[in-house]
Amino acid sequence: MTELDEYVGRIESLAQRQGLDYYPVDFELAPQSLMTEIAVYGLPIRMPHWSFGVRYIHQLVRQSMGHSKIFEVMFPGDPCRAFLMDTNSLAENALVAAHVVGHADFSKNNQLFARFHEMAGGNIVEKAAAHAHRIQQAIDAAGLERVEAVLDAALALESHLDVGGELHRGRYPEFIAEKTTPRPTSFQKHFQQLPGASEPQAVPLGLNLGPQRTRVPPHPEYDLLWFIANYAPDLEQWERDIFLAVRAESLYFYPVFACQIMNEGWASYWHARLLREADFLPQQTYLAAIKAHSDVVRPFASGEETALAINPYHLGFTLWEHIVERHGLARAREVMREEDDFGFIRNYLDRDLAGELDLFVYEVRQGDEIRVANRDLEAVREAILAPKFNFGAPRVAAVELKPDGGLVLAHEHSSDGRGLDAARAKKVLEYTRRAWRRPVHLHTVNDRGEPIELAA
Amino acid sequence: MTIRIAAETPWYELFSRGARDWLRHNQKVRAAVRESLPELLAGADLISRPGNRTVAVPVKFLEHARFRLLDAQTQTGAGQGKGEPGDVLRPAREEGDPQGRSGGIGNGEIRFVVELKIDEIVDWLWEELKLPELKPKRAATLDEPDYVREGWDKRGARSRLDRRRTLKEAAKRHAVQDDAVAIINDDLRFRQLHRRAMPATNAAVIFALDVSGSMDEAQRRLAKQFFFFALHGIRRQYAKVETLFLAHAAQAWEFDESQFFQASSSGGTVSSSVARLALDVLQHRYDPSRYNGYFFYASDGENAAEDRDAARGALGELAGLVSYAGYVETGGGATFRPRETQLAELFGELKAKGHPVGVSRLGSQDDVWRAIREFFTGQAADD
Repeated sequence: MTELDEYVGRIESLAQRQGLDYYPVDFELAPQSLMTEIAVYGLPIRMPHWSFGVRYIHQLVRQSMGHSKIFEVMFPGDPCRAFLMDTNSLAENALVAAHVVGHADFSKNNQLFARFHEMAGGNIVEKAAAHAHRIQQAIDAAGLERVEAVLDAALALESHLDVGGELHRGRYPEFIAEKTTPRPTSFQKHFQQLPGASEPQAVPLGLNLGPQRTRVPPHPEYDLLWFIANYAPDLEQWERDIFLAVRAESLYFYPVFACQIMNEGWASYWHARLLREADFLPQQTYLAAIKAHSDVVRPFASGEETALAINPYHLGFTLWEHIVERHGLARAREVMREEDDFGFIRNYLDRDLAGELDLFVYEVRQGDEIRVANRDLEAVREAILAPKFNFGAPRVAAVELKPDGGLVLAHEHSSDGRGLDAARAKKVLEYTRRAWRRPVHLHTVNDRGEPIELAA
Repeated sequence: MTIRIAAETPWYELFSRGARDWLRHNQKVRAAVRESLPELLAGADLISRPGNRTVAVPVKFLEHARFRLLDAQTQTGAGQGKGEPGDVLRPAREEGDPQGRSGGIGNGEIRFVVELKIDEIVDWLWEELKLPELKPKRAATLDEPDYVREGWDKRGARSRLDRRRTLKEAAKRHAVQDDAVAIINDDLRFRQLHRRAMPATNAAVIFALDVSGSMDEAQRRLAKQFFFFALHGIRRQYAKVETLFLAHAAQAWEFDESQFFQASSSGGTVSSSVARLALDVLQHRYDPSRYNGYFFYASDGENAAEDRDAARGALGELAGLVSYAGYVETGGGATFRPRETQLAELFGELKAKGHPVGVSRLGSQDDVWRAIREFFTGQAADD
């Protein structure tokens, strides 16, 4: 048994005594190459696509310049799977193990994570690998070009799903449910007819054509991946599988995305606390671990006094410390269970804390000049949350099928505040068209706010 | 609880998924570059460095498009640190600094250059322009004796020892002998060479350039580009291509490739001089029965009036010898010409007589591709 084994065991029992409650964690030491790929793909094995290749090169460059070091990656599930970088020092790994235990507690208890866990099961790593395997089979059968065309469309739309919806979702009902007229109550009977008026004539209902078919889509449909998988004319089964595979993986990423500040903060809070109480660690290891901790949760890069992005580890850590201090651990656990980042920031980032952390809103002006705009609490909260709405993507819905089978998409520019970048949107429509096999239209507005229609 | 370190080569070491997708990206970039190749290459100085077999084309990473909002008029974000509202965190870019801070390696900007092999480019162009393959002169597909490898022998020069074959022999002997010696002389096998008649696939390409005072820098550049692709088009077809560079004003000289395009003279234009020189070289150095001769001539077309008959005679002889003669007239696009130039007329006559001749004009960059296409389709049709 190695030292690390021993430490991890003792950290876990410490965590359990502190009331952390989590699915077992499967730790694995992994080399830099795998950690890089996990950072790029989001999962250890994922479907092949050229766009990952671009991210991969960027990641390699960042790493070679020392801008990015990955200590650990953890996949919530049952069991949770944690990959620790094999070049971490013993102290770093002790810290990282404690951090992972914090994540494991969070992902089992937070309601958003729990709902997605319930829908998808706790083995995303294996599922993604199975998707990748099936896609490889599709490549062997249909050829790389065709599979790539489907992935171009599916991955471009990966954020366009209904995060409030179900993973396994059936098609729309074929027919509109017949409205059953409720039997008139005695009250209605009494007042339907004024005294002295004649008996009301039955209103003719027109021709009875039997049950009416549902219009597709019956309402603006934001779950674009699901919609294409189910309603694209002439989609082959393997293509449909690809859309649904991308959708399942994307849904898995949503809680991680929507709880990033809370989740990283919670894990940082617990690694700090567990290490403080880990009297079994030698002094040197402890000091090295605390040093690693302060590197992770510091707000600015070294030598800087301001940051134009907020470190989620730092913000979350500070908020949780504050909550535990003021309201106690039991209340903190309640918050952890109930909130996501939106509620967390809006309810718990208060004026004092924002002032203490020196948070501000900045503006980029002409010539890329950046100025501090204000320190208004509401504005700070919204600036933190702005990139998180709707999975970070514009709101685009399928609204209509044309008689020729064409698909009409509409962008909700009023809620997003402005139109779509037309060149990119056109590209996405081209990707989509290849899967849909009929013209695809999109309504949005241009930079002057005038409605425009793009088509491919 | 245990931390696993796999005993065997772990799955993730078997191949790099990141590298796989990166290579695929690069393939797509190449394909994209290939589609816009004629435009990309129009500006490139391709033969300025002879011997350099690749061209580097700067490109961007491919972007996998997503729906994205238009940039807001004023972008905002959340930050952290000291400072009062209105404080400048980062000053505006200086005028005349278009790259700004976003450039440079400091921000992770990666410059990305695709290297293309000249041969590959020419292959693509041939596909892109749908150019036919050249047809060698039938008379030139003469059989020419050459050495080929054939069979084995127990004796031979050491340099032709076939190791694989020798070991095979040794293995056979080991199978039947007990206590065998590793390799004995009897096991040795040497490759043998025999003389066999091989079809000749030689070409001699003569580039002739008018360097008289009236040919300016831009016209030479066009001629150079045209010659470059013509040469590589021919190289696709023939195993052995000899090139010959002739420049002329009132007189003609032979140059080597590196000096050819720098040559200049202030004299008048006497086209017959270069045609005579070409004839002379063809007859003496490149036996017309063994070589496919190609003659490409670039000029502004203004030959001296008194040279007309001499030029007609020399060019006529030359056209009879070569597989194909191409004439490109430079500078014609911009200037107004009331009539055909003398050389255009002469080549026109040759063409009318049924000689394999092509005439084309190079007014601008775009004409290079058109001219290439004309020459190569013309050559295939003539045959």
